[in-house]
Amino acid sequence: MASSPTTAATPSSLTSRLRPFDFGGAVVGIRFLGANAAFVLGEGDIVLAGESETRVTAHKGSVLSVSGDARRVLTGGDDGRVVATRGDGSVETLFEQKGRWIDHVAAAPDGSFAYSHGKTAYFQPAKGVVKSVEVPSTVGGLAFAPKGTRLAIAHYGGASLWFPNAVAKPQILEWKGSHRGVIWHPEARFVVTTMQEPALHGWRLPDGQHMRMSGYPSRVRTMEFTPGGRFLATSGSTEAILWPFASKEGPMGKQPTMLAPRDVRVSAVATHPKEEVVAVGYEDGLALMVRIADGAEILVRAPAGAPVSALAWRADGGALAIGAEDGKAGLLVL
Amino acid sequence: MAEAETTKIPVTVLTGYLGAGKTTLLNRILSEPHGKKFAVVVNEFGEIGIDNDLVVGADEEVFEMNNGCICCTVRGDLIRIIDGLLKRKDGFDGIIVETTGLADPAPVAQTFFVDETVGAKTTLDAVVTVADAKWLKERLKDAPEAKNQIAFADVILLNKTDLVSETELKDVEMRIRAINPFARIHRTQRSDIAIDKVLGQGAFDLDRITAIDPDFLEGGHKHFHDEDMRSVSFSSDKPLDPDKFFPWIQELTQREGPNILRSKGILAFKDDPDRFVFQGVHMILDGDHQRPWKADEPKTSRIVFIGRQLDDKALHAGFLSCVA
Repeated sequence: MASSPTTAATPSSLTSRLRPFDFGGAVVGIRFLGANAAFVLGEGDIVLAGESETRVTAHKGSVLSVSGDARRVLTGGDDGRVVATRGDGSVETLFEQKGRWIDHVAAAPDGSFAYSHGKTAYFQPAKGVVKSVEVPSTVGGLAFAPKGTRLAIAHYGGASLWFPNAVAKPQILEWKGSHRGVIWHPEARFVVTTMQEPALHGWRLPDGQHMRMSGYPSRVRTMEFTPGGRFLATSGSTEAILWPFASKEGPMGKQPTMLAPRDVRVSAVATHPKEEVVAVGYEDGLALMVRIADGAEILVRAPAGAPVSALAWRADGGALAIGAEDGKAGLLVL
Repeated sequence: MAEAETTKIPVTVLTGYLGAGKTTLLNRILSEPHGKKFAVVVNEFGEIGIDNDLVVGADEEVFEMNNGCICCTVRGDLIRIIDGLLKRKDGFDGIIVETTGLADPAPVAQTFFVDETVGAKTTLDAVVTVADAKWLKERLKDAPEAKNQIAFADVILLNKTDLVSETELKDVEMRIRAINPFARIHRTQRSDIAIDKVLGQGAFDLDRITAIDPDFLEGGHKHFHDEDMRSVSFSSDKPLDPDKFFPWIQELTQREGPNILRSKGILAFKDDPDRFVFQGVHMILDGDHQRPWKADEPKTSRIVFIGRQLDDKALHAGFLSCVA
């Protein structure tokens, strides 16, 4: 441990400025609503933390998925509900089907949203009636394309790209195996999934060219593109792995950038919304900010036992929120 | 580490051919006044007579893994369900997974060894198979699923014993033994059994591999000629060479993994004071040093395979080639 760069003799550290919380239940997601950080707890509550601290109950059971837009946090739960929670603490049920689990939710910038239970994915436009599509197996993840109304649906055997407003069947991107998370490149040139195996799979969209990104010691749970999409930052290894996506070819034949190596695994990453900086959380609770260009590190949170389970930046990059599996959390205003 | 081990949630897998009495057993487990709370994963709602808000419907989605292991399948829906259950506020003491009568238990069992999160938070306690004493022999002839369920079991409830004679019972027990020498067999009627004979078995716990009973193994040699699913076992009083044994068992399970459903062994290695125990599900092997051999304990290495189309001679020769 003494040789770890993060605990070197003169570390850059902001730990003293981190405002600590203890919510008493695992943090499964964080979204910023204006100046407030909304910490979503696995047991169904959401804590809005800013000037003051407000705790609301969004679900009567576990939260299985977290998404949101600038105005609301969207959550899906095992109580069969899709719930929107706003910065003022108001909670609204957007959909309910008793006896089903809402496994995934995704929000689009225009106020429309998507959710899934079992093999069925639903699209609810901001105005109008809900539409649905069935995929070959249980939905593993949902993501809206950066522009327009197109939804990527991860499942066993690949991912489906669905235009909910078109009559055409979804386009299927095939790759064998179980695909669990899904993300679009900010310029919509690539779609990448996390797999049940410790690997990512990607498709270049114009031609469907496959991209295999492997070598992780454990399953990749979080991934985010840097602004503009030059890098895809991922968890799952003992350092943050960043795949280069600046060129049209994507990361094929190129080495990933590896940042902030330690002797424990990275459990969460979040990319800064404006700069090429990534927040990295580890399985021992430590969190860092790392500048991609030179690997410079700033310690944000000292090791605290439980793994970092969620990280989020405020939209202007002026604050970073950290949540852990043991219910402890932190808010750093820069 | 030791603490983490003890807090893992035990999972019991309930299998059995259609009509054997699986749901009756499940309802019995849930209704007994044991004060325990179980999460139950079922395939069909409505069959459970107990009001339990922890009943979850499954889809039996069998996924292949891209890890070069052709028989390595997992239950994708189970990974998702267990991930979700683990987030519940008011926890539970155990998980019971009921499979359909036609299900292969292997993907269910393998899920607990292959998925990180599931493996870190839960532990497979035992595969419990309910078998119909009157019809099992017929099903073993015509239903490969029934064979898999017997071959895979740690505990077998030989149910509906009131419908057959003692002679018939002994005969069907012999058939079960020929396929599976490990399982604890309990004779039952209407799936009536003490809950502690079904739950808390620790069947996949390496520390609990105490002995591979030679009496059971004798039965393995008396195999039925129409039976392609059976068990074979070998032993050696001479110590084994680990540098020969591990390459052999790994190559064997890689190559024959689809045919070898389960394997188990207690091994004495040369110049090693400890017993080495291992157990496997198809290609997935789990082994460790267990404890020192006792002074009065014969240092005999013993290995058992349960599977179909097993080549006794080749397996025996392979095992003997591992002698130091």
